[in-house]
Amino acid sequence: MTEPRQHALPDGLPTLRIRDLSIEFQRRRGAPLRMVDRVSIDIWPGEIVGVIGESGSGKTLTSLATLQMLPNRAAIAEGTIHLDDIPLQDRSERDMRALRGDRIALIPQDAMQSLNPTMRIGRQVGEPLELHSGLSSQRARQTVRKLLEAVHIREPEKRVQEYPHQFSGGMQQRAMIAMGLALNPQLLIADEPTTALDVTVQAQVLKLLREIRDDKGASIMFITHDLGIVAELCDWVYVMRNGQIVENGPTRRLFMAPQADYTRMLLDATLSIHTKPGVAQ
Amino acid sequence: MNLTLRDFDWHRWRLVILGGAIIGTILICAIFAPWIAPYSPYDLDVMTMLQSPSGEHLLGTDELGRDLLSRTIFAARISMQVAFIAAGVGLIFGTLIGVAAGYFGGLVDLVLMRFMELLFSFPAILLAVVLMASLGTSILNAMIAIGIVFIPGFSRLARAATEVVLREQYVESARAIGMSHRRIVFVEILPNILAPLLVEAAVAFSYAILLESALSFLGLGAQPPEPSWGNMLNTGRGFMTQAPWLSIVPGAAIFLSVLGFNLIGDGLRDVLDPHMKE
Repeated sequence: MTEPRQHALPDGLPTLRIRDLSIEFQRRRGAPLRMVDRVSIDIWPGEIVGVIGESGSGKTLTSLATLQMLPNRAAIAEGTIHLDDIPLQDRSERDMRALRGDRIALIPQDAMQSLNPTMRIGRQVGEPLELHSGLSSQRARQTVRKLLEAVHIREPEKRVQEYPHQFSGGMQQRAMIAMGLALNPQLLIADEPTTALDVTVQAQVLKLLREIRDDKGASIMFITHDLGIVAELCDWVYVMRNGQIVENGPTRRLFMAPQADYTRMLLDATLSIHTKPGVAQ
Repeated sequence: MNLTLRDFDWHRWRLVILGGAIIGTILICAIFAPWIAPYSPYDLDVMTMLQSPSGEHLLGTDELGRDLLSRTIFAARISMQVAFIAAGVGLIFGTLIGVAAGYFGGLVDLVLMRFMELLFSFPAILLAVVLMASLGTSILNAMIAIGIVFIPGFSRLARAATEVVLREQYVESARAIGMSHRRIVFVEILPNILAPLLVEAAVAFSYAILLESALSFLGLGAQPPEPSWGNMLNTGRGFMTQAPWLSIVPGAAIFLSVLGFNLIGDGLRDVLDPHMKE
């Protein structure tokens, strides 16, 4: 890793440092199945890092391991995960609970599915505040209003009273982001947060993520298979395949001069549509 | 979002409303029995025994000369009490057991559910009779026994619903913001499994009324002279030819209340189930 990182503070620690992480699935018979194999990822303060790869490449497992929320049969076989200087692997559930939502937040793929249909938006967005900072309900309500304003939801006073199904897809996703931002986490893990949205809403959400990085200095791990978004948003990119990192580098370099065959293949598969002459006409 | 009376979907709620009207009437009778009933349900009068319905005694009198209408109205108190308490016992304990089994899984699930199956394998009336035999015959014990009969059904339903909800993304999101197990159960799971449990509760009400009547009929529930539809039916049995109204009236009361609760249950199922929108 000789290439300089734009947002890196040379003296400090990376917000997230994953070293040689391997995740294995226990099978009923036979040896455990290795789903993630010696993956190392660094995310520096104020950096948006893309993790791309096809489904099943282990990118979501890696993010779940960071939250210590792996499915029951999966476990970290080796490697370390540090948030600042706190080791996260083998941390107790109680300790992790204190970190989740407070210092690490997850913005999930499908906002509709990720919102409790029986809870009003206001209470739901304020849930992390109640859990971690013990704010009085009135103070929490004020903060929720500000959060919803920050993610450009209009008339927040009215909207907090509504249920998730009364929100549009884009508004649900922005509400999820507001929830993630509630306590100014150092690290936001966004797992394909725009896949379910149409293009214009997608653009709003990406703009929002960039604002968060610029205003609050949060680090963002952006998991996606959409190269277009990566090109637009990320400072640094990791390319994953079959549980391994095949290449990483600054976005511009990676797109201009991909080194791994797989990266080149991915780029070709996407770019061919845009670059063939005559297609646009 | 102001709902006016005009926006109300009468058609969608028609079964619930019909059932609610029947049960509402019976409930009012039960609550205000002393004011509604024309006579005391206990006053004997040998001069007027086994009278057929007349202007003086609208539904006639029984073998001890007690006013049948008054007894039927007072009996609604016991039936409704039993229905609510027994269904409540079943709902609360069944839900607790089912949610615990579904949420923790593994050994907890195995032990709790095998125990529930054990309870389930007894015929309901037999289980109630056994419980009454060991607890003693009183109306309170009848409520508890019937409630225990309901626990396995509720627990199975709650467990299945919990497993469905546990697979939902929002439970994972709740964990991702650092929610504790207890909070997940109360804030994420319970509100989302409530609908099927409420439908089951309505059915349990009607079943509780039937079971209480059966137990009282067998002399294990309400003890004479306390009026209950079940023991009224039992005394009516002996006068089937001379005074058929002694059997018909409590029988009709049982029928109506069971019908009412079943209508509410069916109606609620349709209203609460998003897949059954007409």
